[in-house]
Amino acid sequence: MSTASADLRTTRRRWWGRQPIGSLFALPYLVFVVTIFAYPLGFAVWIAFHDYFFTAPGVDVPKPFVGFDNFAAVLTDPQVLESFRNIGVFLVINVPLTVVLSLVLATALDGGIRWAAGYRIAFYVPYLTASVSLVGVWMLLFSSGGLVNSVLGPLAPDPSWLVNSSLAMPSIALFVTWKQLGFYILLYLAALQGVPRELHESAETDGANAWQRFRNVTVPGVRGTTVLVLVLAIITGANLFTEPYLLTNGGGPDGASVTPVLLIYQRGIQQQNPDTAAAIGMLLVIVVGVLSLAANRINRER
Amino acid sequence: MRRQRGTWVRYLLLTLAAAVFAFPFWFMVVGAFQESPTNTPDRLLPTSGWTLGNFGAIDSRIDLLGSLGNSLIFTAGVLLGTVTFGLLAGYAMARLDFRGRGATWVLMLLVQMVPFQLLMIPLYVQITRGFGLGDTYLGMILPFAINTTAVFIFTQFFRALPQEMFEAARIDGASELRIVFSIAVPLVKPALTTVVLVTFIGPWNEFLWPFLITKDATLQPLAVSLANYISNVAQSTANPNGAILAGATTLAFPVVILFCLFQRYFTASNIGSAVKG
Repeated sequence: MSTASADLRTTRRRWWGRQPIGSLFALPYLVFVVTIFAYPLGFAVWIAFHDYFFTAPGVDVPKPFVGFDNFAAVLTDPQVLESFRNIGVFLVINVPLTVVLSLVLATALDGGIRWAAGYRIAFYVPYLTASVSLVGVWMLLFSSGGLVNSVLGPLAPDPSWLVNSSLAMPSIALFVTWKQLGFYILLYLAALQGVPRELHESAETDGANAWQRFRNVTVPGVRGTTVLVLVLAIITGANLFTEPYLLTNGGGPDGASVTPVLLIYQRGIQQQNPDTAAAIGMLLVIVVGVLSLAANRINRER
Repeated sequence: MRRQRGTWVRYLLLTLAAAVFAFPFWFMVVGAFQESPTNTPDRLLPTSGWTLGNFGAIDSRIDLLGSLGNSLIFTAGVLLGTVTFGLLAGYAMARLDFRGRGATWVLMLLVQMVPFQLLMIPLYVQITRGFGLGDTYLGMILPFAINTTAVFIFTQFFRALPQEMFEAARIDGASELRIVFSIAVPLVKPALTTVVLVTFIGPWNEFLWPFLITKDATLQPLAVSLANYISNVAQSTANPNGAILAGATTLAFPVVILFCLFQRYFTASNIGSAVKG
């Protein structure tokens, strides 16, 4: 009898765990994840494969399954293709600049520098500051009659940076590089702590100069972090919204700086076509996934 | 000798870079207090023309204090959700053995991978149409209500506490809730500070979501109303530059000041996934 109830208790304990109240503690978080992430994720896929449109509240109109129609519409839309091309332009400028500048500055900052805290604050503050604030400042700096052009004088581009269709996307790439760099510098700083001092010392004994040591000890030593930086830069590039919305006034000039997320907003919410917007979202996630895998692969092969 | 030259180059490089990084902030703050912010380099160190009028100018168009209040409510709501429910979840993950713990851990990792751009449309449909929470603070707060990075930070800190302490408390008959609040929380105060700081920045700087969900200007946080000013109102204003810079300064400075005061609590690994956009 008593063994039976003890057995029961053991089974129950094995099923519910030793502190079943833990489920209760984790429950609010689980409910949150299901309503904010899991359900919308499934819903996004559902919308993308249906002819989905907004109706007046309470009205129930059938929303038929349309297969890949939304994807076909999106893939033949020149503006969508241009938005993905723009992301390409962004990445080609942003990624090399970010990797090189952040690694160089982190190396300079590493190891017994005076005022290191001051430099760190200067590099990091743009990363923590709201995009909207900084976009406002850059907009004024790079406007036609702005400070940058008045410094450049006759060298100033015409039309000016943000209204020039071949300079709009590069300007955004430059802005984002500047804003995010501090974060990547900190990532590299942490990684540099993991590169053994002895390697630098023995390279120095072998007569390697500073550049050779940087090239052959530091760069391979932080390769893992470089992949992380690549992946994060790709994700940031794919997520651009505030910059084209404000800095280039809605992806202008003439859509030269339109981005997929800006299109998702315009198509899905302004023009009320959530189905094509959801399809753009899925395509974007696939592109980001493929690019991230490629970044990973390049690293492993070298 | 060569080494000395290397150090010199290093300082030059860092100082140059720091100047490039700090310059827009200098331009922003000086311009915010100038009657007409300069567009030429010779007036970057102004000696005259100081004014507070720019703050009045932007306040007359977007209700600066009201927007700041909305930003505070939005941020406070996210903080409240994260500190209560996130802390409980983190404690459970670190210290309790219960059914579904492994699955919760997997979910936490998956959440970090779901990109917001994919969720934007369905969340908008769900929260405005499904829940009817368009133009409400709750609708603004909901998608950020429990910061998963914060749950990770809590889990990490609770795990570092010695197991014997918890066992002793349980033998003495303390309930789990009592253990959390009388024993565990006082021991992880640094974690609490880190979480509050890291969580604060996200909603304070967030633009896209509150922009989607608020049409009513009296509910918009400062990031949204300043963006509206920049994209709509400024074009019809004679000299909007000073007002834009005044708004930008107001939005930027709470975070800059917090960072300078609590610098040591910010580490790259914590902030990376907490701050988006």
